[in-house]
Amino acid sequence: MKLSLRDVVKEFGPNRVCDGISLDVAQGEMVCLIGASGAGKSTLLRCINLLEPIEDGAIYLDGQDISEPGMDPAPVRRRIGMVFQSYNLFPHMTAAENVMLAPRRVRNMSSDVLAAETRLLFERFGLADRMGHYPDQLSGGQQQRVAIVRALAMKPEVMLFDEITSALDPQLVGEVLDVLRVLKGDGMTMILATHEMNFAREAADKVCFLKDGRVVEEGPPAQVLAAPKEASTQAFLARTLK
Amino acid sequence: MSQARTRRQVYEDGLRRRSLLIAGASTVLVFGAIILLVPMAPGWDKVARSFFNGDVFQRTFPGLVEAFLQNVMIFAWSAPLIAILGLGVALMRDVRSPVLFPLRIFGAAYTDVFRGLPVILTVYLIGFGIPGLGLPRPWNSPYIWGTVALVLTYSAYVAEIFRGGIESVHSSQRAAAQSLGLSDRDTMRYVVLPQAIRRVIPAQMNMLIALQKDVALLSFIGPVEIFRQAGVFKSLLANFTPYVGAALIFLIVTIPATRYADYLMSRQARERS
Repeated sequence: MKLSLRDVVKEFGPNRVCDGISLDVAQGEMVCLIGASGAGKSTLLRCINLLEPIEDGAIYLDGQDISEPGMDPAPVRRRIGMVFQSYNLFPHMTAAENVMLAPRRVRNMSSDVLAAETRLLFERFGLADRMGHYPDQLSGGQQQRVAIVRALAMKPEVMLFDEITSALDPQLVGEVLDVLRVLKGDGMTMILATHEMNFAREAADKVCFLKDGRVVEEGPPAQVLAAPKEASTQAFLARTLK
Repeated sequence: MSQARTRRQVYEDGLRRRSLLIAGASTVLVFGAIILLVPMAPGWDKVARSFFNGDVFQRTFPGLVEAFLQNVMIFAWSAPLIAILGLGVALMRDVRSPVLFPLRIFGAAYTDVFRGLPVILTVYLIGFGIPGLGLPRPWNSPYIWGTVALVLTYSAYVAEIFRGGIESVHSSQRAAAQSLGLSDRDTMRYVVLPQAIRRVIPAQMNMLIALQKDVALLSFIGPVEIFRQAGVFKSLLANFTPYVGAALIFLIVTIPATRYADYLMSRQARERS
């Protein structure tokens, strides 16, 4: 398994946000986490990226426990890219500077090679003419695509997407989902927290329904989304797909 | 022409004309009253002679301008030192490593102490106290220790402003930087600080203006800057006009600077809304 979660527990004060979550993600697999707001999807992603320390359980990347308390999180984070709902681009840098900062500082790349690599990435995702723009000069969809490019520039082995289309106008959602399709074609290992049920049905290898910090049901989308076994999954889907 | 205007525009134009008229009339009235009434006060002749004496003004103004260069000089070397020390103290209060915990305590204590003291008291204590140790020249210079007092005091305020700026950068920016594998140091240097500094520039401008004025406090420990020079002229000529001249010189510098800071502030407020 590329990534394995074992009984992950995360608490914020008295709130148990992740209540013993286990999950396996194979190399090249796309897993969609679905569930109501507050079910623990975003928190789980932040735990995987070590932005939040976990109380109990373990997270394995290529069989190595990355949740060991006291470990330096930076080397792990370089291997796991993350994209946020609110883009979180650095507003004082151009799109290209946003993308090049981390490779320059962390991967110590020479600026020529890095500039060429960055240009290729921007071209690939239809952003070549936006490299010199500042985030506030870009549409939401463009900002989110730049944010994805920024994470990809670190050449991560796993990508986490935290409701990346939730803040977008409906007509801009498509261009961002297209990027995910391209990445799936590349064989990228991905975990998405999402409300886009149609996209999950079409593209996910596995869908995972979370409720109150627990995995209620998981399996291929044809099963979980079309013929859920659990009553709470059925209720959630009935509400969402209405 | 008037055909093209809507009813609403006609109405608003009328309102505007009326309020202009009222504002004009009341301004003329108030200033007229001041100009007419103040000279009628019993002591006016004496005040006019000792504070607004044209002859004294002409004789002392060049000397005051020259003394003001002292203020500018002290200001010019204090400001960069304050910026550096202030930023240093602000960063000190943000360190997370336990080894550096003493730094955090020091940063907190430092800002508490120097924000809690009147500037003049700090100037006195440091300006008279340290040279009193009998240090050899040039280390007994009031310029040095006066500067130290100003730098220590203002750095405390400047540090608090920087810290406010650092804290105002949303945590999602830190999260994004960390998720890319940037170290804490790089996150601060490349992501948080540039945004924080930009946000606090107008507030720091106001600190610079305050500093420019407080340089005059060093007159109490020796340097013959503009305030002290005005005092010398006053004693010499038995006339207070030099103080009015000094006030004028300060205003010529500080009013444009204040306006500029206000402009930056309002522009920033507009950008963020």
